[in-house]
Amino acid sequence: MVDQIDAIFQADDYGVHYPDSRGRFGPYGGKYVPETLIPALEELEDIHATAMQDEDFRTELNSLLETYVGRPTPLTHARRLTEHFGGPEIYLKREDLAHTGAHKINNALGQALMVKRILGKNRVVAETGAGQHGVATATACALLDMECVVYMGSVDMARQAPNVFRMRLLGADVREVSSGSQTLKDAINEAIRDWVTNVPDTHYLLGSALGPHPFPVMVRNLQSVIGREARRQMLDPSTGPGQLPDVVVACVGGGSNAIGMFYPFVMDPGVRLVGVEAGGRGIDSHEHAARFADPKMGRLGVLHGTRSYVLQDEDGQIALTHSISAGLDYASVGPEHALLRDRERAEYFYCTDEQALAGFELLCRQEGIIPALESAHAVGWLPELMSDVSSDDVVLVSLSGRGDKDLDTVMAELSPGH
Amino acid sequence: MTGVERIRSAIANRQGDTTAAFMPYFPSGFPSRPESVAMMRSMADAGADLFEIGFPFSDPLADGPTIQAATHRALLNGMKTRDCLDIAKELRDAGITQPFCAMSYYNPIFNYGPDRFIEDAVRAGFDGFIIPDLPPDEGQEMEEACREAGLALVYLLAPSSSRERIELVTSRSTGFVYLVSVLGTTGARASLPDYLTDLVAQVRADTDTPVCVGFGVSNGVQAAQVASIADGAIVGSALVKAADGPDGADAVKSLARELARGAHGH
Ligand SMILES: Cc1ncc(COP(=O)(O)O)c(C=O)c1O
Repeated sequence: MVDQIDAIFQADDYGVHYPDSRGRFGPYGGKYVPETLIPALEELEDIHATAMQDEDFRTELNSLLETYVGRPTPLTHARRLTEHFGGPEIYLKREDLAHTGAHKINNALGQALMVKRILGKNRVVAETGAGQHGVATATACALLDMECVVYMGSVDMARQAPNVFRMRLLGADVREVSSGSQTLKDAINEAIRDWVTNVPDTHYLLGSALGPHPFPVMVRNLQSVIGREARRQMLDPSTGPGQLPDVVVACVGGGSNAIGMFYPFVMDPGVRLVGVEAGGRGIDSHEHAARFADPKMGRLGVLHGTRSYVLQDEDGQIALTHSISAGLDYASVGPEHALLRDRERAEYFYCTDEQALAGFELLCRQEGIIPALESAHAVGWLPELMSDVSSDDVVLVSLSGRGDKDLDTVMAELSPGH
Repeated sequence: MTGVERIRSAIANRQGDTTAAFMPYFPSGFPSRPESVAMMRSMADAGADLFEIGFPFSDPLADGPTIQAATHRALLNGMKTRDCLDIAKELRDAGITQPFCAMSYYNPIFNYGPDRFIEDAVRAGFDGFIIPDLPPDEGQEMEEACREAGLALVYLLAPSSSRERIELVTSRSTGFVYLVSVLGTTGARASLPDYLTDLVAQVRADTDTPVCVGFGVSNGVQAAQVASIADGAIVGSALVKAADGPDGADAVKSLARELARGAHGH
């Protein structure tokens, strides 16, 4: 059975305080948007609160998660990967097996249903980097009979071509964004411009735990089904090791799979939470998307409506980022991660392109699972964890998506059998 | 006089049933740094009452294609926050006395340090700020610092604004209230929306602070229409477009004259 979304309202100490009524996670978060959008954000706060307490809505969402998305997704004991490292027992939370191939569907379906049922809006715009959120949104819109426009940078359209085709098959209008870095950041700019123009009948279905309040909290709530399921599966000896994990690892782009995985474990003090950012070509190269790891460029700033760590130049212009994975290639990070890091409740490390490719190959060979390049960052970081853990430890990895979309990129980098 | 007072007085000088202040927006560093200075000087001669001096930002999400392209060019020209401040200083040194508002997204200000930014802006000759992604909900810090320096922090309203938002913004905005005439980004538009008269009346009913209308105003006729309902007409994209041709300087000057005539009622 799908873990009830009711649990969202069993607010713990942490959740009661964050975000506050202004959408702040301590010094992070907020609502830095043009005045035109304020009414839409206020409306969204209302429907988010209404939806979560609405019995019919919860029943419908839970039923879709179960019968359409295929939840709960399995917990897999990665025996050969465990053997390979000769260290802790490794478990994988299999979001790659959710319908459309990534965790993004949890959020897309939840928001689309909220907006359709409670707000009555019928047009949705979204941004996408890897294309996974775009595909998830196009899917939710097809299912719920809504109009869908997806903005995507030209660079990302080229490197995630299969997902562009999938979105179009699903009936979405995919619009190419050729301004700026032609990646996720620019797609978000364009989606926001569309939203400002069409706000009375349009919902902006933001794909990560980013942006102005209430998006970070709403996306976290919709994604925390990942962590709730994983926690129960870990504790239950028939589905997992019968204990809590010692370490939880997730990749962090905007931070939605990570916050969805972390949040239900935040009040378990013995569980180490580790986020892995995209180290690109290395921190010194300045071609990366590791907001927390680069003290020179990664500083407190405001981008896309929220205050958080932002990669920027000395004049406050947003930096161009690089990652081999389109979904992690973004200059800012969800505000709640910045707070978890300040509180030393979660730690953040990075994994370079090269390490991610090694993780990608490793998971293919050892477990027969082709991961998304985003998720491969969590796997690729595991070798660094090994010196820090003992063999009785248990490690839980968020396998946020599958890698079919990345085959072209990986083919260009690796030759099989080498 | 404080910056707020200079802005209020420049607007008051033009206030009337069919007249209003003309306020051009122009991006510093576009098409080049010296040309942007020259164009603002020529607009001052042509009848501009106040200036909005644009600071470029890499991610201008409230701007349409015209201003996006212009500010992108300014960044490619190497314009830094410091250069934009220096441009204001240069205009002051050249004898331009009209009030200046800095139009900047929040991150470059936040990065510069709001207090230091305000200090340097005062020194450069600025009178106020317009920050499109800083609603009053997030503006307290900036607001307090501006109050101490006597500078205006202009907040915006939009056609989507509720009664409560109108009350909040009119009670907090200093200098004037910037009324965005349409849902959408900046950009020249063929006509002004039908609801504009009612919208302006609704906002003005709430406040003594002047109400200036921007987004979409692009010719003398529209400037005159705005002048008959509001206290100021703000024009950006149309001037930027005019500047972007082979005879940019002349085109800007003649459009500015037309807009000033429209706004000033002759
Ligand atoms: C499979 C997968 N994992 C992770 C991400 C990164 O996003 P987030 O950090 O919000 O989970 C993406 C984004 O596109 C993705 O497709």
